[in-house]
Amino acid sequence: MDFQSVVFYFFSAVMVLASLRVITARNPVHAALFLVLAFFSAGGIWMLLRAEFLAIALVMVYVGAVMVLFLFVVMMLDINLERIRQGFWSYLPIGAVVGLLMVAEMAIVVGGRYFGLEGMPTPAEPEPGYSNTKELGRLLYTEYVYPFELASIVLLVAMIAAVALTLRKRTGVKKIDPAAQVAVNRDDRVRIVSMRAEKE
Amino acid sequence: MNFVIPDFYPAAAELFVAAMSFVILLVGTFKQSARHFVYTLTQITLVGAAAITWQTMDGQVNFTFSNMYVDDLMGDVLKLMLYLSVAAVLVYSRGYMNDRKMETTEYYLLAIYATLGMMVMISANHFLTIYLGLELLSLALYAMVALERDSARATEAAMKYFVLGALASGLLLYGISMIYGATGTLEISNVAQAIYHQAGNRTVLMFGLVFVVAGLAFKLGVVPFHMWIPDVYQGAPAAITLFIASAPKLAAFAMAMRLLVNGLFELAEQWQSMLMFLAVLSIVLGNLAAIAQTNIKRMLGYSGISHMGFMLLGLMSGVVGGDRHFALNAYSSSMFYVIAYVLMSLASFGVILLMSRAGFEAEALDDFKGLNKRSSWFAGVMAMVMFSMAGIPFFIGFFAKFSVLQAVVAAGYIWLAILAVIMSLIGAFYYLRVVKIMYFDEPADNTPIGATLDMRVLLSLNGLAIAVLGLLPQSLMTWCAYSLLGSL
Repeated sequence: MDFQSVVFYFFSAVMVLASLRVITARNPVHAALFLVLAFFSAGGIWMLLRAEFLAIALVMVYVGAVMVLFLFVVMMLDINLERIRQGFWSYLPIGAVVGLLMVAEMAIVVGGRYFGLEGMPTPAEPEPGYSNTKELGRLLYTEYVYPFELASIVLLVAMIAAVALTLRKRTGVKKIDPAAQVAVNRDDRVRIVSMRAEKE
Repeated sequence: MNFVIPDFYPAAAELFVAAMSFVILLVGTFKQSARHFVYTLTQITLVGAAAITWQTMDGQVNFTFSNMYVDDLMGDVLKLMLYLSVAAVLVYSRGYMNDRKMETTEYYLLAIYATLGMMVMISANHFLTIYLGLELLSLALYAMVALERDSARATEAAMKYFVLGALASGLLLYGISMIYGATGTLEISNVAQAIYHQAGNRTVLMFGLVFVVAGLAFKLGVVPFHMWIPDVYQGAPAAITLFIASAPKLAAFAMAMRLLVNGLFELAEQWQSMLMFLAVLSIVLGNLAAIAQTNIKRMLGYSGISHMGFMLLGLMSGVVGGDRHFALNAYSSSMFYVIAYVLMSLASFGVILLMSRAGFEAEALDDFKGLNKRSSWFAGVMAMVMFSMAGIPFFIGFFAKFSVLQAVVAAGYIWLAILAVIMSLIGAFYYLRVVKIMYFDEPADNTPIGATLDMRVLLSLNGLAIAVLGLLPQSLMTWCAYSLLGSL
């Protein structure tokens, strides 16, 4: 076994174990941390495939940003584990049957017979100076520009939806408008009244 | 590497709608009080898009954006219908949303983005664009269902819709990935080519096909993937239910045409039997379950399930024993059916919205008691819609059912046609019950029906269209057949 295979099996084993722990961990914070580990291992495997950009993006975006946010949410929310686990045993038999059936079917199709190494052409050895990142960027902005722009609109809709669903304008709150405070004139605050001087 | 700037002309309507959506977004953000203006801008966008689509309609099949986008006559006709139905939805829903303090910029924006998503789906020639269009549509719809934030029912409906919708998207993606694995391409016309040349393993293709059909069935809302329909139809605000029950059906039909007919036509024998299974179950369950409903939105939801089952009857009788002569007839009957259903759905929910007012939802069947005494004209419109949905001659629904059944008989499934007729006879019961309640029961409340002029006019036109197109269905049918000619 050469070095590459050793690294591949190591990362794969870590990823499978971590993924398993994500769904079996009792503590949601632990589950989130195991998910970080799984992402990290997946990044390693991508690196082995020479997809450096995707590997780094996965670590930066998912591990660095998404999972940290996730951890915050998990810590802030008081998740009642008892209620989540309610009905687990009553749903288990049917869930297990359906799940096992699907796994068996997938194993038949996705197994080595159709998608094995023999069925797939060997990728060409990249020429020197080949940059994975450059190729990705080129494709995204030329051939795939239409779906790329669509994806950006999907994100925009997600933003609009989040605003529409969470922004509440509460009435009757005594809040101060800083812009109005800054823009205030002397005339708004002081009224000079001219009146006759009076003697006692 | 030389890069050619894509030809923007065929996709001008999509670009226009996208550009206008940004204008609306900016106007809505900086002019908080400009609700009327936003409404007008949204309608202008739809009218403008219709004008552009009409202008660029040349009967040819044009590809652009590296063949990810296809502009053909079927897409153009469906898009024109789509603009019409979205515009009607906005007119009908305006008063309702205003009464409930939900007529915000976000509502119009989400409606516009949902429209854009449907346009993308209709014109997709790539699995990736179909999926992105679908997500754009679904994401906007999830948010629209949840717009009524203080209603627990609406939130629950949105949650169910979201979770089940995400699952269905997953199924669809999984199927697409299998098809990619088998054929090595995501472009729909190339997939068809590859399968024609016997590329890829049949087992893998079939496995992918099952998942694609399952995802599609969810979006159409046919049994056994219908669970979300009754709850979402009932839980969402009536105006949003109207939106969900009209335009997206056109997009789902287009998606079925692109995926199954344009892409996987070589596997027609296989997917036809799957569609038959879905259609039979939907027609039976939809009609039987609708009888037991007392909520008219829920009832129309079940009726929608059975209508989509009927629509599938047309799609499943295109190829008989390898003979493709029936395809054009069968698919155009399906297209006619879906257009007819959208017209009827618009009118039926339009009447529900007409009768609702601030603080009152007309959603129980009993709310329609004695509608004739309160407004004989709109009771007449509702009666026409109900007759049409039941398939009574001579309304558009009759011809829709008739042409679909003709296709089924031509394909040799006599038993299926008989079953469908019996089931729609049973279904006639709950449609006619609404008519009976409107005409022969005493009204429970006598509040006059107040609605703006534009809504009254449009709703009347909508009802008349159902009657007139029922008398003269030929032109619309010819349009459907003619538009499909180039896409087969």
